Amino acid sequence: MSTLTLTRRRGLAAAGWLGPVVRRLGAGVAVLWAAATAAYLALMLVPGDTVDVLVGDGLDTPERRAQIIAEWGLDRSPLQQYGDYLLRLLQGDLGHSYILQRGVGEILSSQILPTVQLALTAALFGVVLALLLALSTAGRRSWLGGLAGLSELVVVSVPPFLIGILLLAVFSFTLGWFPVSGDRGLVSLVLPGLALGLQIAGVLGQVLREGLERALEEPFAVTARSRGITEWRLVARHALRHALLPAVTLTGWFTGYLLGGAIIVEAVFGRPGLGQVTVNAVTGKDMPLVMAVVLISALAYVTVSTIVDLAYLAIDPRLRRSR
Amino acid sequence: MLVTFVAPVVFVLEGAGGVAVAVPPEEEPMTTITEVPGVAAVAPAAAGRGYGFSAPLVAPLLFLAVAAVAAVAPGVLTGVDPLAADPLHALAGPSAQHWFGTDHLGRDVLSRVVHGAGHSLSIGAAAVLLAAGVGTLLGVLAGLSPRYLDELLSRLFDVVATFPELLLALLVIAITGPGTGNVILAIGIAQIPNYARVIRAQTFVVRRSGYVEQAVTFGLARPVLIARHVLPNVLGPLPVLATIGMGTAIIATSGLSFLGMGPQPPSPEWGSMLSEARNYLRVAWWTVFFPGLSVTLTVISLTLVGRRLQRRFEGRNR
Repeated sequence: MSTLTLTRRRGLAAAGWLGPVVRRLGAGVAVLWAAATAAYLALMLVPGDTVDVLVGDGLDTPERRAQIIAEWGLDRSPLQQYGDYLLRLLQGDLGHSYILQRGVGEILSSQILPTVQLALTAALFGVVLALLLALSTAGRRSWLGGLAGLSELVVVSVPPFLIGILLLAVFSFTLGWFPVSGDRGLVSLVLPGLALGLQIAGVLGQVLREGLERALEEPFAVTARSRGITEWRLVARHALRHALLPAVTLTGWFTGYLLGGAIIVEAVFGRPGLGQVTVNAVTGKDMPLVMAVVLISALAYVTVSTIVDLAYLAIDPRLRRSR
Repeated sequence: MLVTFVAPVVFVLEGAGGVAVAVPPEEEPMTTITEVPGVAAVAPAAAGRGYGFSAPLVAPLLFLAVAAVAAVAPGVLTGVDPLAADPLHALAGPSAQHWFGTDHLGRDVLSRVVHGAGHSLSIGAAAVLLAAGVGTLLGVLAGLSPRYLDELLSRLFDVVATFPELLLALLVIAITGPGTGNVILAIGIAQIPNYARVIRAQTFVVRRSGYVEQAVTFGLARPVLIARHVLPNVLGPLPVLATIGMGTAIIATSGLSFLGMGPQPPSPEWGSMLSEARNYLRVAWWTVFFPGLSVTLTVISLTLVGRRLQRRFEGRNR
C-alpha cells in the first residue's frame, strides 16, 4: 500500500515537472511567433506600396522590384505571403537589405559581436557594482544606505548617453586614460561598458538592497543571529539568497535594456556594432534590416526569460505544481 | 528609456526607473500587482512616515513647479528668444547677460533650457497619456472579459513587452519617420503593456470585491456597474505608474532626440541640445551641463514624487 502510494507520487512528481517545463517552452515559442507576426503586420501597415517600403532609400530599378516581389511573394495571396515569410524566418533567412545590397543575416552577423561584447561587459559591471553596493550598505547605518539609495537614484535618472558623454569628458579628454572612440581592444570597452552598466547597477542595487533589508527582518534572520552568527555571514550566506530571487526576475528586462541601451551608447562612443546598423537602418527606412534587429532582440529577450523561468522551476519547487 | 527607451513586476526602475516588471504568465491573476516597475517599494532614504508633504518632497515638487511654469509660459522665466543666434558671442561662458552661457551659434542656453522644458515635458506627458489611456482601457477590458479574451489580450501585452522599448520605438519611427508626434506615438506604444498589466491585475481584485458582488446582487446594469464601481477603483495605481512612466518617457525622448529621431533642430529640446552640444564639451561645458542637469533633476523629482505616491497607495491597500 505504502509502496503503491510512493510510486504514484513519484509518477506525479515527474509529470508535474514536465508540464510546467513544456508549458514555458511552448509559451516562449508562441510569443516568438506572435512577435514575428507583429513585425510582419507592422511592415504591412506601412502606408504605401510594400515594394516601395522595402526598397526604402535604396536604388529603385525594375529588376530590384522584381526581386523583391519574388522574395517576399508579393504577387501571391496575403496568406501565402505570410506563410512564406514565416517559412523563411524558420530557415534563418532574414531577407535582404536593398539599401546596403547585402543579406540581412550577413550584415547582422558581422556586426553583432562588438554589441554582445559591450552588453556582457556592461552586465558584468552592473552586477558587480550592485552586489558591492548592496552588500556593503544593507542593514548598516541608515545614512550609508541613504547615500547608496541616492546615488542609485541619480544614476538611473541620468540618460545613459549623458553618462557616456561625461565619462568621455573626464577619462578620455581630460585624463587621457581611455581611447576616445572606436573599437580598439578591451580598453575601449571600459567606458562604454560603464556607461551602459551603471543603470543596471542602479536598478539592481535598489532591488537587492531592499530584498536584503526585508530578509534581515525575517524570523530566520533572528534565529540565525540568536545562534551567534556574524552579521556579515548572515547577509552573505542567508539574506542574499532571498534578495537574489526578485533580482533574477529582472534578467529579461536587463537583456532588453542592454540591447536598446547599446544602440545609444555605441552612438556616443562611435563604436561599430548593431547600434550603428540600426540607427542607419531607421533613418534610411531600411525596413528588412530594422525588422530583423527587432526580431533578434525579441529572440534574445524570450530566450533569456524562458531560461530564467526554467531556472525558477529548479530553484523553487513550489512553482512546479501545475495549476 | 530608449535606452532610454530604455524602457518590467517588481517595480523596477525602468530606465529611469520604471521598469515594468514582467508578470510571470503563470502567476495567478488574483495576486495584486501593486508594485510598479522601476520603483523600489521601500524608499532607500529614511523617509518620514506621515502624510502630507515631508521635507524630502519639497525640493522635487518645487523643481517640478518651476519646470511646469517653464513648459506652459517660458516667457515668465526668460525674455530671450531661444532661436536668436549671435555668432559673435558663440560659446561664451556663463555671465550676467547669459546666465547659462551661449551655445555654438551664440544662442542663449538658459532660454533654450527653459523653452526646452515645453518640448521635453509635453512629449513625456503626451506619451504617458497615450500609454495610460490605451493601457487602462485594455487592462480593464482584459480584467472583465471571459477567460479566452483575457488570455488573448494578456498574450498581446506579453508580445509587445517582448520588444525592448527603445527598439520598439525605433521600429515605429522607421515606419513613421522622425518628429515630435511620432516620438510620442513610439514611446506611448512601447509603454502600453506596463499600464495594461497593472490595471488588469487591479481589475481582478476589484471584480471579486464585496461591493461589486453586492452591486451585482442588487441587479445593477453592467455598464453602470463598470462605470460607477469598477473603473474608479482600478485607477488607484495610475498616478504612481504615470509619474514614474513620465520620467522614463522623458529619458526615452532625450535618447531618441540624441539619435536625431526626435524634434528636429533648431527646436530646443533637451536631448537634441545635448546631442548638438557634445561636440563642444571640451570648450564649453555649460552647453552640456545645464540641459543635462534639467533632464536629470526632472526625472529624479518625478521618481521621488512617484515613490511617495506609491507608499501612500500601498498604505491604503494594507
